[in-house]
Amino acid sequence: MIHAASRQRNVIPGFTLTMGFSLLYLTLLFLIPVGGLLLYTSLMSWEEFWRAVSHPQVVASYKLSFTASLIAASINLVFGLLVAWVLVRYQFPFKRIVDALIDLPFALPTAVAGIALVTLYASTGWVGQYLNLFGIRIAYTQLGVVLALTYIGLPFVVRTVQPVLEDFEAELEEASSALGASRLTTLCRVIFPTLLPALLTGFALAFARALGEYGSVVFISGNLPYKTEITPLLIVAKAEQYDYNGAAAIGTVMLLAAFVMLLIINFLQWWSSRRFSH
Amino acid sequence: MSIRIHQINKRFKDFVAVDNVTLELPEGELTALLGPSGSGKTTLLRIIAGLEQPDSGRIEFYGEDATHQHVSDRGVGFVFQHYALFKHMTVYENVAYGLTVKPRRFRPSKDEIRKKVMRLLELVQLDWTAHRYPSQLSGGQRQRIALARALAVEPKVLLLDEPFGALDAKVRAELRRWLRRLHDEIHVTSVFVTHDQEEALEVSDRVVVMNQGRVEQEGTPEEVYDHPANPFVYQFLGNVNRFHTHIESGHARIGNLSIPAPELTDVDQKSGLTYIRPHDFEVLAEKSAENAIHAVIETVLVVGPTVRLELRTDSADELIHVELPKHRFRELGLLQGDDAWLKPLNSRIFLASA
Repeated sequence: MIHAASRQRNVIPGFTLTMGFSLLYLTLLFLIPVGGLLLYTSLMSWEEFWRAVSHPQVVASYKLSFTASLIAASINLVFGLLVAWVLVRYQFPFKRIVDALIDLPFALPTAVAGIALVTLYASTGWVGQYLNLFGIRIAYTQLGVVLALTYIGLPFVVRTVQPVLEDFEAELEEASSALGASRLTTLCRVIFPTLLPALLTGFALAFARALGEYGSVVFISGNLPYKTEITPLLIVAKAEQYDYNGAAAIGTVMLLAAFVMLLIINFLQWWSSRRFSH
Repeated sequence: MSIRIHQINKRFKDFVAVDNVTLELPEGELTALLGPSGSGKTTLLRIIAGLEQPDSGRIEFYGEDATHQHVSDRGVGFVFQHYALFKHMTVYENVAYGLTVKPRRFRPSKDEIRKKVMRLLELVQLDWTAHRYPSQLSGGQRQRIALARALAVEPKVLLLDEPFGALDAKVRAELRRWLRRLHDEIHVTSVFVTHDQEEALEVSDRVVVMNQGRVEQEGTPEEVYDHPANPFVYQFLGNVNRFHTHIESGHARIGNLSIPAPELTDVDQKSGLTYIRPHDFEVLAEKSAENAIHAVIETVLVVGPTVRLELRTDSADELIHVELPKHRFRELGLLQGDDAWLKPLNSRIFLASA
């Protein structure tokens, strides 16, 4: 009896097996590559590292990558919410098809997307030629980078907000209306706070995805140094010139920056879910 | 009359939810809309609130046409079955919500809001929960907060949609007594929807019995219970025994029983239905009364202070249900399988509908 009592058993079996597998999996897929990146970087001297990561061309790419990703994620925050709202709240023909199309950026090879965007938005393209009349140029400009990053980030916001919106009790809106609140007040004070944690998650995912995006951007950006070069492109360029250390150094900076930003967003998310989802 | 409902109709595709309902709800009274599910009672309540638009008909609040008024302008307090409290707000913020969303011109000062909210929280006896979140409260407490929130805007009418439906039996019974007392204190014109006849009879000043989108009967709880207008109301308000009977010169015949039917004195040779409630039988151990029917006790169920018997008569295929106090049953000294005689004390006879 004492023996049986002293050996605590978990109700759900297989803890050792599943935990062991998860660790192995994470190690192979995540820890070893990241470790390798840091190892390569650590082989450099401090001066070499600094020279590689602070070159003006590289700094210009950081600025573009981070601002374009932030802008794209913000656009997706607004329009992703709108799309999710329309898909959940209204009935219209071909709704299921539209719903399925949202996932296209997940499935379509990014290079295909990039080429498609160029075809459309180049100054001679279907859409680009008309925008050109107003002096708006998208292909081979920073605007093009934002466009490509917006395209690939859309599903993240839609797919995180959609289920929360679907579960939203209609009675809460009715209660708010019955208490005399206008539609806008109900939206701001009842619906929006409920969606905030999901919105932040979607934003974080779209942002993280945009930071790492390469395929769709390189076609539409034109890769003009100091102007439309994104950081992942520079890393690829360096690796192609067998400058693995340089590539790893920039990679490390990206990794750290992304990590810090995701940490901040996670903190916001934690705070908002504590504040808004009791 | 504070609220007039005039010839309201509402369909959902092929389903007629509310069928030409006309009602008046007296000022300051607590009215129960009672009916089985699908009887249109909740739809009617939502139409009064403005959460649903009628296909035709008029709703008047104190003589003013409110049919096309938006719910937010109607000045109603609505209490939902599942509370519908705002989860991200504290209890205080929930109750204050209706006041803080008022346009600036009409909005009371922060201090006034605080006083009012605290007074309401005291009224529902939950002032100590002001800084908690709804998830930290029990179901009964949440519903009291929902009520305080609805009362904060000083509604012209308080509408409650199955307010105790999600609560367990004991809390339910407590809360409905509490609601009755609260209503005696504040006298706001109230309508509440329920499918529980006991709840309706216990809490309300008036009962409106609904079935298939129509009003079957309205009146005080006593009136509808003691004088049901038709077989539906009879059956819906409590258990009842139903006998197919033959009506001869104003008397209904069940086996050797002859029951006078004062409403049907000029009716002869027609079939009808006689309704007798389980507690409206006198149970006798011997044939000591003239007008009693012989039956055999098949089952004896003791439920707390009452005893429920199922008896089979000589002729009927259906069982008769009888209820009597436990002490009375003990006095009789009857057991399962014994012979007994049943004497109806109270009955109601309706003509069988063609």
